[in-house]
Amino acid sequence: MSITQERTNSIIGQRMLRREDPALLTGEAKFTNDLVIPGALHLAVLRSPYAHARIKSIDVTDALTMPGVIAIYTGKDLHATWAAPMPCAWPVTPDMKNPAHFPLALDKVCYVGDGVAAVLANSETESRDALDAIDVAYEPLQAVTDLEVALSDKTIIHEAIGTNKSYTWNLKVEATEGAVDEAFKNAAFTVSERYIQQRLIPMAMEPRAVVAVPQPFGGDITLYSATQVPHILKVMTAITLGIPEHQLRVVAPAVGGGFGSKLDVYAEELLCVALSRKHGAPVRWVEERTENTQSTIHGRGQIQNIELAADKDGKLTAVRVRLIGDMGAYLQLVTPGVPLLGAFLYAGVYDLPVAYDFSCTSVFTTMTPTDAYRGAGRPEATYAIEVAMDALARKMKIDPYELRKRNYIKKEQFPYTAFSGLTYDSGDHLAAAEKAMGHADYAAVRKKQATQNVAGARKRLGIGMTSYFEMCGLAPSRVLASLNYGAGGWESATVRVLPTSKVQVVTGTSPHGQGHETSWAMIAAEKLGVAPEDIDVLHSDTAIAPLGLDTYGSRSLAVGGVAIAGACDKVIDKARLIAAHQLECAAEDLEFAQGTFSVKGSHDKAVPLAAIAFAAFTAHNLPDGVEPNLEAQYTHDPKNFSWPFGAHICIVEIDTETGKVDVLKYIAVDDCGIQINPLIVEGQVHGGVVQGLAQALYEEAVYDTDGNLKTTNLAEYLVPAACDVPPITTDFTVTPSPTNQLGVKGVGEAGTIGAASTVMNAVIDALSGLGVTKLDMPASPNNVWKAIQAAQGGK
Amino acid sequence: MKVSITINGSAQSHDVEPRTLLVHYIRDQAKLTGTNIGCDTSSCGACTVHLDGEAAKSCTILAAQADGGAVTTIEGLAINGEMHPMQKAFMENHGLQCGYCTPGMVMAAIGLLNENPKPTDEEVRLGLEGNLCRCTGYHNIVKSVLAAANK
Amino acid sequence: MIPAAFEYKRAGSAEEAINLIGQYGDEAKFLAGGHSLIPLMKLRLAQPTMLVDIGRVKDLSYIKDAGDHIAIGALTRHMDVEKSPVLSQHVPLLAHAAGYVGDAQVRHRGTIGGSIAHADPAGDIPATTLALGATYVVQGPNGKREIAAKDFYKGFLESALAADEMLVEIKVPKMNGAGWSFQKFNRRAVDWAIVGVAAWRNNGASGVALVNMGSTPVLASAVSSALAKGASVADAAAHAADDAEPQADLNASVEYRTHLAKVLVRRALEQASK
Repeated sequence: MSITQERTNSIIGQRMLRREDPALLTGEAKFTNDLVIPGALHLAVLRSPYAHARIKSIDVTDALTMPGVIAIYTGKDLHATWAAPMPCAWPVTPDMKNPAHFPLALDKVCYVGDGVAAVLANSETESRDALDAIDVAYEPLQAVTDLEVALSDKTIIHEAIGTNKSYTWNLKVEATEGAVDEAFKNAAFTVSERYIQQRLIPMAMEPRAVVAVPQPFGGDITLYSATQVPHILKVMTAITLGIPEHQLRVVAPAVGGGFGSKLDVYAEELLCVALSRKHGAPVRWVEERTENTQSTIHGRGQIQNIELAADKDGKLTAVRVRLIGDMGAYLQLVTPGVPLLGAFLYAGVYDLPVAYDFSCTSVFTTMTPTDAYRGAGRPEATYAIEVAMDALARKMKIDPYELRKRNYIKKEQFPYTAFSGLTYDSGDHLAAAEKAMGHADYAAVRKKQATQNVAGARKRLGIGMTSYFEMCGLAPSRVLASLNYGAGGWESATVRVLPTSKVQVVTGTSPHGQGHETSWAMIAAEKLGVAPEDIDVLHSDTAIAPLGLDTYGSRSLAVGGVAIAGACDKVIDKARLIAAHQLECAAEDLEFAQGTFSVKGSHDKAVPLAAIAFAAFTAHNLPDGVEPNLEAQYTHDPKNFSWPFGAHICIVEIDTETGKVDVLKYIAVDDCGIQINPLIVEGQVHGGVVQGLAQALYEEAVYDTDGNLKTTNLAEYLVPAACDVPPITTDFTVTPSPTNQLGVKGVGEAGTIGAASTVMNAVIDALSGLGVTKLDMPASPNNVWKAIQAAQGGK
Repeated sequence: MKVSITINGSAQSHDVEPRTLLVHYIRDQAKLTGTNIGCDTSSCGACTVHLDGEAAKSCTILAAQADGGAVTTIEGLAINGEMHPMQKAFMENHGLQCGYCTPGMVMAAIGLLNENPKPTDEEVRLGLEGNLCRCTGYHNIVKSVLAAANK
Repeated sequence: MIPAAFEYKRAGSAEEAINLIGQYGDEAKFLAGGHSLIPLMKLRLAQPTMLVDIGRVKDLSYIKDAGDHIAIGALTRHMDVEKSPVLSQHVPLLAHAAGYVGDAQVRHRGTIGGSIAHADPAGDIPATTLALGATYVVQGPNGKREIAAKDFYKGFLESALAADEMLVEIKVPKMNGAGWSFQKFNRRAVDWAIVGVAAWRNNGASGVALVNMGSTPVLASAVSSALAKGASVADAAAHAADDAEPQADLNASVEYRTHLAKVLVRRALEQASK
């Protein structure tokens, strides 16, 4: 059965309300810190106030006498506990430098927030009080917060590796050798731009939390964690602590958002497990927001140099990119791979000849480690090409939309083999852009702009757009192998029809706000002809869903959802054998629709799936060679990435006196292929857009030159509230992916990928008449005002 | 010190340290974990409850200050297994994703409508300025509150 | 986030509160709504060993018409100031500014007296009462005294209040139909002002005060004297930062802040002149 064709009475495509909601809306849902675990000890971590310092001594004498304190450990005390350093799963090059990183620092600290000592006490309050009584003597060293200074190796952060450079990764593809240089030499127009992707703090509303519950006599241990990746965490915890993997169970209870920040293996998870084993008691930890800003990964952090070459019509002829990536103090789980996730996308949605030269050098700094944050590499790439396209249009004095139209990969070119060798599955960029332009009333805005943006105008109007491509559905395992990633990209599903015909769907995805329970039930309902309410979706517990690779990178639907469809197919195939046996016909003569097998052409000969499930359970009369029970497991390893795309438009008005940017309208036209639940799809776009818009206008993790984070809480780090962002106009085109049976692509990151460049293009569009053609994010009032002053002063 | 607070209609009395915050009293003493903690600076609003009928951030109030008062938490909204109209509106309009900010957001939204029963889109946005959400982009939260107001 | 341990006493009256504070000395603090103090205590940036809770001194929560001025009890909540019909009629600038303090949850708990006593230059209420020429009534062991708002703010989070004194009342002159404006400029609506302006104008007289333009709320006297001498709004506004010593922070350089003060004062005066 192909869902993309049978649309009548389809469950797929309905705006079904989420089954997750009642528990979350009534306080019934249990987040990790809500779990009641009798006898749990509380962990608190003393953190370095220095960005870079040698630890001279740690005196815990006074702290040990504090009420309720059970034990205090330093990095040296626990060193023998670790079977391996903390994991980095993505050694992007064979010579990549990866300094050993342990849950607590040994001799030196390398960022403000680096763990120095662990306190175990009877209560959270007592553990917190004891931190103030620990006396650490530090010898401060030079902080390294500037990426280019870091590259100079003037101050080496990790002596053992002798350099601050972690790796250089190149992707140079040329039709003939020298094609890129040749293209730039022959170009009618070139632009050379430098952009800063500021550091961002993911700020999931739920801070991290961990509880480790040992069974000292049973030999097992359960780790509860606010994580996106229980399966990966299980493997990595087993390796890092030398615990036999089969004795470890990881559970992600209700998880309050992640955005990549919970796609990691963290010191506190390892500390809770290690200390709970040592003490034979449960150990719990909950992160304070101030800790979260310093000790949970940051995102972005790149300096981007991008050059475009174009012919006289503006057709791109070559792209050259030089990146410097900020790794922070250590490599976390996929830190070094983040720039690579964008490396293939710096030509955006454009039909580029095979003339592409990308190189990324990544460096260590004395700041919080970076890692994947919503979009991971792809928003950065999209930003660079899309803002550079506007620069090219300005240089050519043509409309930026016109320039894009001349360069779009055309609908009829799909599936399209890109310069990189990757195949883009399907797309229609012009259709998405036209739809967005319609919502924006582009011509009218341009007309209004011409009358409004006169010399001396207090408020200037700007409009900007982005056309984006998202490489997602991570990922074909063989492609990951070619990128040196340390795991596969498959996803697993088990579908089980119970004797009473209710269905269990077991998935390896691990939702934290995406509504998988609702959407996965819809997929199985569609496939099996069962009512969604008769389907339960089980996840996020490695004892219940032992196989899985979790949720990140807009992969869950495109890989995990497709796995569910595959498992349903296997269930149907097995049921068909039983049905044929019961109806005394050949399996090929049966058709399956609305949950019933019937003999083609004679519909009175039929048997419902429910009856087959019961027959499979009793096993009284099964065909030879067919095992009892109706259950199938299927692992989907995608053939290709999926390529969602879209066009976003933003209209802004800027107060030239104060520099304040008002977003008047934001339009997102996205194409994520077939939509399982449009209600959820829209929600993902809304949230994604606001995160991208927040990068453009509000957010920045600011460090001083001594390496102190100045934005350590939600009063200083400006996550916008409802009144600070506009309503979002969403619309869609639907171009099914031909590479999976559901025709789906994924939508988790789309909004974020499109938004930052869209907003910034609008801002620069408003200001370009004043001579402002470059502006770093965030476009804060101060930054905008300064740019206007500089441009006006320069006249 | 002894602190007595009526929570969701049930009188509670517990011995606590003076420094105990109302949110910790609700979570640890009254064992109602629906009220969440999202920040250290009274910024995020996840801990919003009603204290004596008005929305308040329970992370910025000592339990001692609420002594003798009446608190309503997210757990106290449903009546006879039926969700409050605001909870229903959030469900019907997809006003939540991960659900962590949701209890505070719902309590703040109910407080908002108590003071301004028919707000405009802009008044809803401004009225929820003290509550942060990282998932929804607020679009559907605003829609939910307006829907509840129009019921 | 958990504050460091402290002792807690609840006062039933101003006299009792002042007595208690006197007994415990420097390490003791008054706790009104707590919305300035408790966040600092949670971050352990403030660690008083004794809190005297004055939140239940209910007779200090009032808004009264006292003839030429309105008398506001120090424990009157921001929300009550914002919604007060008396203030809306006689001191609309203050009622309006109170609506900009924090968010609804904060305005339900935070008090006008707490805000003034905290003496935060970034607070909306200190500057607004300063612009209005308010007088603060404080009570100590030896009775009450009055301090003019312009003499109250001594430094960053420092005021003329003695350790054993408590702010009990704010006397705000009636505006008598003066034009007024409150300009709050920030990046997110809920944030402290990057720069704020409270201004009123009535014939030749005016009052202009600035939020977050120095270590204390700033009375922009140079603007008022320019206006008194007949300067245009634009010319007077050019003097906005004459009395200020702004600092740089994450959101604004000194130069930008100075520029903003001039722009916002001009806008405020334009609005107040209508």
